[in-house]
Amino acid sequence: MGLCILSQKIITEEQGMKQEVLLGDEAVALGAIHAGLSGGYSYPGTPASEIMEYLVRASVQTKSFVASWSVNEKVAYEEALGVSYAGKRALVSMKHVGLNVAADPFMNSAITGANGGLVVVVADDPGMHSSQNEQDSRFYAEFAKVFCFEPSSHQEAYDMTREAFDLSEHLGIPVMIRMVTRLSHSRSRVQPRPPREQNTLHFGKDTDWTLLPVHARRRFKILVDKQQELIDESNQSCFNSLMIKSQNTSLGIIASGIAANYVYENYSNEKDRPSILKLTTYPIPEELIKKLVDHVDTLLVVEEGYPHVEKSLLGVFGIPGKNIHGKLSGHLPSTGELSPGIVRQGLEMAPLPKRALEDFPIAARPPQLCLGCSHADTYRALNEALESYPESNVASDIGCYTLGALPPYNAIQSCVCMGASVSMAKGGAEAGVYPSVAVIGDSTFAHSGLTPLLAAVAANTNMTLIIMDNSTVAMTGGQPTFLSGEKLEKVIEGMGVAKEHIRTILPLPKNHDENVLIMKQEIDYQGLSVVIAARECVQQARKKKRSKT
Amino acid sequence: MKQDIILAGVGGQGILSIAFVIDNAALKQGLDFKQAEVHGMAQRGGAVQSHLRISDQPVFSDLIPKGVADMILSIEPMECVRYLDYLSPDGIVVTSRSPFVNIPDYPDIDAVLGAIETVTNRVIVDSEKLAKEAGSPKAQNMVMLGAASPHLILEEANLKEFMRVLFEPRGEKMAEMNMDAFDLGRSSAMKS
Repeated sequence: MGLCILSQKIITEEQGMKQEVLLGDEAVALGAIHAGLSGGYSYPGTPASEIMEYLVRASVQTKSFVASWSVNEKVAYEEALGVSYAGKRALVSMKHVGLNVAADPFMNSAITGANGGLVVVVADDPGMHSSQNEQDSRFYAEFAKVFCFEPSSHQEAYDMTREAFDLSEHLGIPVMIRMVTRLSHSRSRVQPRPPREQNTLHFGKDTDWTLLPVHARRRFKILVDKQQELIDESNQSCFNSLMIKSQNTSLGIIASGIAANYVYENYSNEKDRPSILKLTTYPIPEELIKKLVDHVDTLLVVEEGYPHVEKSLLGVFGIPGKNIHGKLSGHLPSTGELSPGIVRQGLEMAPLPKRALEDFPIAARPPQLCLGCSHADTYRALNEALESYPESNVASDIGCYTLGALPPYNAIQSCVCMGASVSMAKGGAEAGVYPSVAVIGDSTFAHSGLTPLLAAVAANTNMTLIIMDNSTVAMTGGQPTFLSGEKLEKVIEGMGVAKEHIRTILPLPKNHDENVLIMKQEIDYQGLSVVIAARECVQQARKKKRSKT
Repeated sequence: MKQDIILAGVGGQGILSIAFVIDNAALKQGLDFKQAEVHGMAQRGGAVQSHLRISDQPVFSDLIPKGVADMILSIEPMECVRYLDYLSPDGIVVTSRSPFVNIPDYPDIDAVLGAIETVTNRVIVDSEKLAKEAGSPKAQNMVMLGAASPHLILEEANLKEFMRVLFEPRGEKMAEMNMDAFDLGRSSAMKS
């Protein structure tokens, strides 16, 4: 579709638009705005948060489109889907595990199709810098049978996002952009292009969008029949580049997304490079791959995340007469994040000389709760309240308070996924654990804790839920929360928890003894109780104070 | 012409402010750059680092390979040591000598400084003292930027221009204080 020429040339300022210094995430956001975005939705999660942060700032300034934090990723996806149904362009962004939460609308939106351009941006976290797994979203794109871009640079993040909206409208399906931490959280320069207008309101066809089996069967067939067109788009996309070195028929490299940068990094002289296919679109561009395979004896597949391309090439029996190297063959590690050094090993080059650190005095400096954090006071009280119960179990959740797992608190025994604390404490109690305690933040509770609490109310489970209400989504930088303060208390009461067993405490050192006592009373109560530990996040309080002065 | 810099410190010390100033100065000088940083969980009082690469040629990798960095610029001495394996044999370290102790097992500071002294090209600055002299211990990041500035491929005037962009929204007093911190760091480095 010809938009990507820019990213391969030296960037020049064009049509009066200034180059900008942007995070990879922000380049996606700006690309979406310039593509004529009408609605952006997200739930905070590292490394995706900065996409919506940028959209929110821009939308406050221009008031020309909607940018809204949602209560969770599923809701965000469905809000975006509503915009697309109405014919306008929508973006939904999330971290990789957020797509698990939004998987239901995501999978089904491939069946309804997109009316206005629908772009889903998923930021994977290889190396688990701030996550509980390193799942690879390209598999989700394949699973749903939608098109996926994997940018390797900031300029591509901008250009591909613009193209993704065009492609989504052209193919009539959602399009994914797969980001990774290193691109999301890296800054570089981006040359924007003139923006275009938003779409006007035009509804989707009701028989396409009402997924009764009779319609869904027809729609699914359309999606399956469209797959060759997706492959053609991938073959033709000028974001992919195949450089064949006619002299060298031994080694060829397929490098996807930012992995291509690590390959180039190791061949500082272009003349030394073997044949390289830089791959940035999915389904994989079969024709380009075939050209490379025909030219060389050995293929090295370098990709960030799971061995997605490598697996596709291998199939069950491999390619006769060709060696395929990558993560599955052990030439590159199957876990963790790639780096120029790791890729260098895969290329079987001698390592660069470097200093050894073994003899140096270095201590680990893990992240920790801020000085004066309310969670620290809550954990101190909880630890003391549980002292006399050696069989207790505390299920925790996703947020700053997960740091309660580390010394000096050592206060929690599990953390799995959003909202799991409540359901796991219920399951634990039913298995005979006592005291069974769940610890969750206000935003995580709104995201995925309400429904399991409903189940615990219905069963009057003998457990204590502690909601740490700091009135913000703290870990990701202080996004707004949906359920805090008085509203939180009312909702819990409305859900059917006995009023006398909804206790609110102020977690401060001076209230320590009183807070221990209240926690003990509720733990001793043989039924469902909720303790709300309410005090504002110290970082947010500081920010507010600063903006007032 | 290229310069690969590891910026190091502890979450909250303001290495991203240093990065902001350098990034924008590089853009102004028409250079390509990439600057990988750490967000999210690790920012909470943990070790933080940023890979900053500036070049007149296209920059590929967001990460600097080990053994290739031209400079380690650190606001904290042990954090400087943590990344010494990134430094090229003829690279320079510009580091604070003021330890930030928020862990129980912080090593002996003399041993830490001893490790830094294994590097031939080094600028070691008492950033805490100079920042207090400028008006706030929080300005240690700009002291260190000033100390690094004679060794950067960026012009002092351009660095200062974007310091103003960064600090002026927080008031003239704040801007001046940080300018002073930069100047104190710079002259201290030129003396050493």
